[in-house]
Amino acid sequence: MNRNVLVKRYILPKINNEEVLRYMGVKVCDDMTGKLVKECIEICDSDSVFLPNVCCLVCDLDIRNEKLLFDDIKVESMSLSRHLAGCNRAVLFAATVGVGIDRLIEKYSRLSASKALCFNAIGAQRIEDLCDLFCDDIKKDYSEYSHTLRFSPGYGDFDIGFQKDIFKLLNCPKNIGLSLCDSFIMSPSKSVTAIIGLKSKELTE
Amino acid sequence: MNIREYLKDHVVYLDGGMGTLLQQRGLAPGEYPELWNLSHPEVIVDIHKAYFDAGSNIVCTNTFGANPLKFSYDQLKEIITAAVNNAKAAAVASCGKQEKFVALDIGPSGKLLKPYGDLDFEDAVTLFSKVVKIGSECGVDLVYIETFSDSYETKAALLAAKENCNLPVFVSNAYGEDGKLMTGASPEVMVAMIEGMGADAVGANCSVGPDKLVQVAKRLYESCSLPVLIKPNAGLPKGLCGETVYDVSPDAFSDVMQEIIKNYCRIVGGCCGTTPDYIKSLCDKTASFSPVPIKENYKTVVTSYAKTVVWGENPVLIGERINPTGKKRFKQALIDNDISYILNEGVNQQEKGVHILDVNVGIPDIDEKKVLTTAICELQAVTDLPLQIDTSSPDAMEMALRRYNGKAMINSVNGKIGSMEKIFPLVKKYGGVVVALTLDETGIPDSAQGRIDIAKRILEKAHEYGISKKDIIFDTLAMTVSADSKAPGETLAALRYIKNEMGCHTSLGVSNVSFGLPSRDAVNSTFFAMALENGLSAAIMNPYSLEMMKTYHAFCALHGLDENCASYIDFMSSVQSVVQPVISQLPTVQVPAGSEDMSPLKKAIIRGMKDDAKVSTKALLNDMAALDIVNQEIIPALDEVGKGYENKSVYLPQLLMSAEAAKSAFECIKEKVDSSKEPSAKKGDFVIATVHGDIHDIGKNIVKLLLENYGFAVHDLGRDVPPQVIVDEVVKTKTRLVGLSALMTTTVPAMEETIKILRTEAPWCKIVVGGAVLTREYADSIGADKYAKDAMETVRYAEKIISEK
Repeated sequence: MNRNVLVKRYILPKINNEEVLRYMGVKVCDDMTGKLVKECIEICDSDSVFLPNVCCLVCDLDIRNEKLLFDDIKVESMSLSRHLAGCNRAVLFAATVGVGIDRLIEKYSRLSASKALCFNAIGAQRIEDLCDLFCDDIKKDYSEYSHTLRFSPGYGDFDIGFQKDIFKLLNCPKNIGLSLCDSFIMSPSKSVTAIIGLKSKELTE
Repeated sequence: MNIREYLKDHVVYLDGGMGTLLQQRGLAPGEYPELWNLSHPEVIVDIHKAYFDAGSNIVCTNTFGANPLKFSYDQLKEIITAAVNNAKAAAVASCGKQEKFVALDIGPSGKLLKPYGDLDFEDAVTLFSKVVKIGSECGVDLVYIETFSDSYETKAALLAAKENCNLPVFVSNAYGEDGKLMTGASPEVMVAMIEGMGADAVGANCSVGPDKLVQVAKRLYESCSLPVLIKPNAGLPKGLCGETVYDVSPDAFSDVMQEIIKNYCRIVGGCCGTTPDYIKSLCDKTASFSPVPIKENYKTVVTSYAKTVVWGENPVLIGERINPTGKKRFKQALIDNDISYILNEGVNQQEKGVHILDVNVGIPDIDEKKVLTTAICELQAVTDLPLQIDTSSPDAMEMALRRYNGKAMINSVNGKIGSMEKIFPLVKKYGGVVVALTLDETGIPDSAQGRIDIAKRILEKAHEYGISKKDIIFDTLAMTVSADSKAPGETLAALRYIKNEMGCHTSLGVSNVSFGLPSRDAVNSTFFAMALENGLSAAIMNPYSLEMMKTYHAFCALHGLDENCASYIDFMSSVQSVVQPVISQLPTVQVPAGSEDMSPLKKAIIRGMKDDAKVSTKALLNDMAALDIVNQEIIPALDEVGKGYENKSVYLPQLLMSAEAAKSAFECIKEKVDSSKEPSAKKGDFVIATVHGDIHDIGKNIVKLLLENYGFAVHDLGRDVPPQVIVDEVVKTKTRLVGLSALMTTTVPAMEETIKILRTEAPWCKIVVGGAVLTREYADSIGADKYAKDAMETVRYAEKIISEK
């Protein structure tokens, strides 16, 4: 049984402009908005704003109806058990792009709402990119399994309180500098915790 | 012997990793290692003993995560007491002949401090204080604060240690591969803070192996006058499937550590992945080593959370503009609690090239303690420039200094006994570089000699408090030349002496010298050059003064402080380019409202061009009344954009850029118009807040921006606001409109509670709610009057309610 929490550092690809615009609710980009996005991306590129890190643990999974058992952690959720149906293992992970983007959002929240909005959108885009990279790695390292999409606490009836369990299990503060507020908001804010289900390929054949 | 004594003449060996060893003995992921002090004490004693046997002088108690956030007070006491006893038992049982000490180990709380997380600085100090009190009562030899990756939290822990015991304190931080802490601090920043607050050793631990910490060790060594500590991991963990293995062997580990001990550190050990074998290898290889001599560091340094400013070569520019003296608009902003005005002033001065920002909010009728502390905390979030805390109230000084993230500049102390007795203890406790004015009970001396005598006395007194002269900057007080023609000469003579004979740094508030004369800039900038030539290290000055900046750059170039005169050339070319665009923007023809050709101001707002809006407004103010500009230009432009947003032809970023351009126009008007003479065009009041437990506020800030544009006086209570605080503000201001924002399902109950209390205590008000998690149904179910899906809807609703009465 592999009981070790693994920490992985990543380098993110270039920021996707279209995604950033999408996060800001922009369907057609005009000059000024284009200029805004360009300025904000330049600020992000100039200082090493992002520290993309993921920590994860692979565990055994047992599902009976809507009761799931990750090693010895119990969860009850219909949505989660549906999503992970047929899986015999799972990857629990926490990912963050670091506090740098929060600092920018914080700064510009006081100086320029449009920039704050833009940095927020850039942050959202970055954390999604990070999760995608991590999921790709899982696909490579566990190629003998098929994989589900990632599913986070708070989706469906998967109780957000499970954040506490993930944080304790993965020791997020120590491993990737990610902390949990009392209201289950994560700090830094551009962070994700989620589960990927692994289904042995022989089982499906 | 106590550890301070031992440290003077010896290399001190710490222990190695605990966590990995416990995992090998069955500690499960997620299980608290600290509990093993109670459930498996023999294992803990065993591990400590193994380290003592291998040669460790200091073992760290198994209390890394033992804090009030994880355990109740009684549990905490039990755990720490057991942990200390286990370590002491190991010391007794060990066969090692070396001096043995027990350190109370304190790791980070696991929470991020505000404003990025939800842990308040003072609450952090309180929680660490509990740990220190319990640990010191158990009889440890020292406190070891380790693995913190945030400078602010480090400060909280160090304060807790210094305020609750007299034990020696070692502090080591977790540096990333980029040689910085996660929240941005460099080794030099941490040294300034940790040394300034009186710790006994400073260092780095965890994160990486010894080879990656060599540079950090070097930088720590070269910037501090304390012993340096290094406690690296056994390299990096490898392996996704199967056992986690660290990639540096005991032999390789101690080889690198040898070099580190030879050159930089006298306190060494290992962190994650290391075992007693690593420590034994280390001790064996370095048994005969003498500790590297401590480098006395005489540099004068102040820092922000991330940047240092070092006195010495280039003169330091301190921006003076955050100061209400003679500034009506600024005074109004302070009374209105308009923090963003102060922040903008800070950011603008930074753009002009100052190195430090002076922060002065001293006006009557405000709570200076609160406002100064808020200003400091807000500025820290917005700029990475070090700040100069400028106040004559020692209480305000202490509160702001306590919350400052870094090593601040303190303005000021003077030669009066009362002043020194109040200010020097603060400097000693919190660290800082203090400006000392050469005046005393008899006033400001006429002569240079008078100033010099006072300076000498100040230095002596500072020495009594243990404050080194590197942390004192003398201001020899520039007096008005038109009142006393000898005055500048005396000031400069004192400056010269203090710099050259006494070896201290100096500062001046230059602009005093020209008071009462025409063309003040010419006198100021020349005096500035004269002072610089006489050894002035820093000046409190106006960075918008072209003459002052020209003098500064020219001086640096002439003194060979500007390679190839590059900065000078850069600066001068930026000066030329500013002149042109301004002229081209000025509207030449006044455009009547409603004509086909849109006015430049309307165009600027619609296109979201902030700078153009400012310039156009300034021009219009020459011919139009302020209220007319607002009603005929600004509001119609905003309405056009707002309608576009509502029918989805304009998107949110554009809406915001227009709102910011409008805000900039309003700001212009406020500057020109004395609000006490012209009645405020405020439609009504609006109290807004993000509810308790919620720390995000982008949406709320957008709503606030738009409401202000549309003429509402917004009382922004911020975020994570308890229900009663919101209610109290509504009751106090008799506002009819309240806006509540929440992002998470977990914080909606707080919103519900707020509404309940409001209904009882402020039945007259209308409550509008919004936020990512809310829906119309949800809003109805918690008793809100209105659910607003975005900022424009909130504005429309607010206008409707106001017009109904």
